[in-house]
Amino acid sequence: MADKIKVTIDGIPIEVDPGTSILNAARQIGGDIVPPAMCYYSKLEGSGGKCRTCLVKVSKGSEKDPRPMPKLIASCRTNVMDGMEVQNITSPEVVEARKGVVEMLLINHPLDCPICDQAGECHLQDLAYEHGAEATRYEFDRRTFEKIDIGDKIQLHMTRCILCYRCVYVADQITENRVHGILGRGDHAEISTYIQKAVDNDFSGNVIDVCPVGALTDKTFRFKNRVWFTKPVEAHRDCPTCSGKVTLWYKGEEVLRVTARKDEFGEAEEFICNTCRFDKKATNDWVIEGPRKVSRQSVINSNHYEELQPAAVVKTNLTLQAANKEEFERATKL
Amino acid sequence: MGRKLLLEHINVPGINTLKVYREKGGYKAVEKAIKTMSTDDVVEEVKKSGLRGRGGAGFPTGMKWSFLAKPEGVARYLVCNADESEPGTFKDRYLMTHIPHALIEGMIVASYALGANTSYIYVRGEMMPQIRILEKAIEEAKAAGFLGQNILGSGYDLELYVQPGGGAYICGEETALLESLEGKRGNPRIKPPFPAIAGLYGCPTVVNNVESIAAVVPIINDGGEEYAKIGIGRSTGTKLISASGNINKPGVYEIELGVTVEDFIYSDEYCGGIANGKKLKAVVAGGSSVPILPANLILNTVNGEKRLMSYESLSDGGFETGSMLGSGGFIAYDEDQCIVRNTWNFARFYHHESCGQCSPCREGTGWMEKVLHRLEYGHGKMSDMDLLVDVAKKIEGNTICPLGDAAAWPVASAIRHFRDEFDWHVSNPQLAVEQNYGLAHYADPLPVLAEV
Repeated sequence: MADKIKVTIDGIPIEVDPGTSILNAARQIGGDIVPPAMCYYSKLEGSGGKCRTCLVKVSKGSEKDPRPMPKLIASCRTNVMDGMEVQNITSPEVVEARKGVVEMLLINHPLDCPICDQAGECHLQDLAYEHGAEATRYEFDRRTFEKIDIGDKIQLHMTRCILCYRCVYVADQITENRVHGILGRGDHAEISTYIQKAVDNDFSGNVIDVCPVGALTDKTFRFKNRVWFTKPVEAHRDCPTCSGKVTLWYKGEEVLRVTARKDEFGEAEEFICNTCRFDKKATNDWVIEGPRKVSRQSVINSNHYEELQPAAVVKTNLTLQAANKEEFERATKL
Repeated sequence: MGRKLLLEHINVPGINTLKVYREKGGYKAVEKAIKTMSTDDVVEEVKKSGLRGRGGAGFPTGMKWSFLAKPEGVARYLVCNADESEPGTFKDRYLMTHIPHALIEGMIVASYALGANTSYIYVRGEMMPQIRILEKAIEEAKAAGFLGQNILGSGYDLELYVQPGGGAYICGEETALLESLEGKRGNPRIKPPFPAIAGLYGCPTVVNNVESIAAVVPIINDGGEEYAKIGIGRSTGTKLISASGNINKPGVYEIELGVTVEDFIYSDEYCGGIANGKKLKAVVAGGSSVPILPANLILNTVNGEKRLMSYESLSDGGFETGSMLGSGGFIAYDEDQCIVRNTWNFARFYHHESCGQCSPCREGTGWMEKVLHRLEYGHGKMSDMDLLVDVAKKIEGNTICPLGDAAAWPVASAIRHFRDEFDWHVSNPQLAVEQNYGLAHYADPLPVLAEV
């Protein structure tokens, strides 16, 4: 292994392997200084660079060439150099640009969160919340599309898509014969499979997990429940095609859906096969490992283990407390 | 009368054939380069000439060539960017239509200098006649022994291919062009790596504009130093300008860099003044993506000097009061033209041509277009101008390729210089649909700067 190189992000120094991207270096530090990423996915080769939410300012190029970079750069696709100094949340310019990107991402997004299955685990929702985009200056019709079925288990709702290309890279990675891709150009571009042709692959269900918004959803879970009413439980099974390590989402005793296990940055740890995802929905198919750790801040946490650890926002709001209690009673009646 | 290097023999009948082209001294540069010069000599000569990229960015061509990585056993490519689709620019099409051999000769010399054995001319798909002309010219050159195996007995092999594009503006961006040439969707790549390291098929590649490559021919014939004597300062040589708009004589003109803008517009040698005795209102000096300037700022800089047709002089004053030479798409507007409508038209173009990869450009271009459409048709609000400036600012510099900047600059500059006209569109919505704002004060002499 070559020597480690030193990089400073928002004043925090860290030593990383050469060839690490700025984003991954920041993820090694962790915390608030990690730039958000809507299109980059560490498990997908070639992804990243498109959404521009991870823009950062390089105030010092490297030890050898200390000139700052003239423009903001995409941290997911730029590798660190020895002695590089990066500003993320400490640079007003970056915060301003990111706010602009969030606004751009939202102008054509339907904001139908109340009826969207992704709500509660949607990266765009988090991003919009973090950047305080509470009103839009956009006063025109949003682009809309008809829903498309990709096979019998996956539904594509292009209206919600932010064109991150992640699902395209998944298809590229799992099969040589990709049958879905981007059609059209600009803001009329769309993800499509020619004439709704199914992505016929054992791992095609992973496009649901990589989708940062609710554009690709699991038809076996659609409208069954809100994620924050379900309880995530880690489980595994002996699967001949994949690792079989999954998260089960329970409502009472029923497994409503199965997903890959996601790390703190919302990325699947290992891709799982369609059999595990769509067909194994009985508790006796699985070996239960225990409850999944969910961040205290997450909305998914808000209704579980309630009286012991209510989320911070619930503690101070009487209406929420009442609603929380009611829902808890309903959920535990079974 | 300015010197002509590229278009000297443009009016000779039959100059598009190899026979007439050779009678007028064609293919001498190939013979000189391949028989008497080493590859490094050719690169050195181009460096000495100070030739700058004619496609828009103005990066020194010789420098670009010397950056080309030369690893052992890996093919190198030269790709000619003939995807000319910038609104207002039509010089490359003119050159390819009338003197195709000038481009082919330049391609051979440049490929030899770079050590490329396969070279491509990527032509915009709409230019089917030009593609046929080029293919015919390549046939002729091949039959005469200037292309193919063992050119002129030197042992140097070169195959030259013409590749039609799909007609997308974005494929004029060099990495999108390479993607398209490889048969993929024409999305710009994320740089680095630059094409000089990993370009076409992952091999080192140089992408040059048609005019830059054609300009190599006179540089080799007369020597780089001779070429550098033409022009002014760091803007050396001659440049093809596509003049259009409300002028008496629209067309492609070859100018020596350093001609004053005033001369270019009003002299009989070039545009011959504004048509129908009208007055000049505004100029887009280098194709639709450069900032638009009002008449008073295009003729003179803020320092009171005459503005020249050169890379430096046109960009004098930065984005506040300057513009850019760009690709040389010179569009003149007379007093009857509506700047709001023109800006909307440009925004519509960029909205249509954005590839849709980066969010700011994909969503922002559409947003700007819709706001400008509203302004033009009398439904605008006073806050729209600030909104447009802000959206333009959020796009600019935050995208993978320069299309985002190119979409943002015309809008930002139009509002900067013509804000009165935009305001007038909002305050007189009915009138704005029926008539134009007119010349207003846009041709008034600039206020003399106070001595500091």
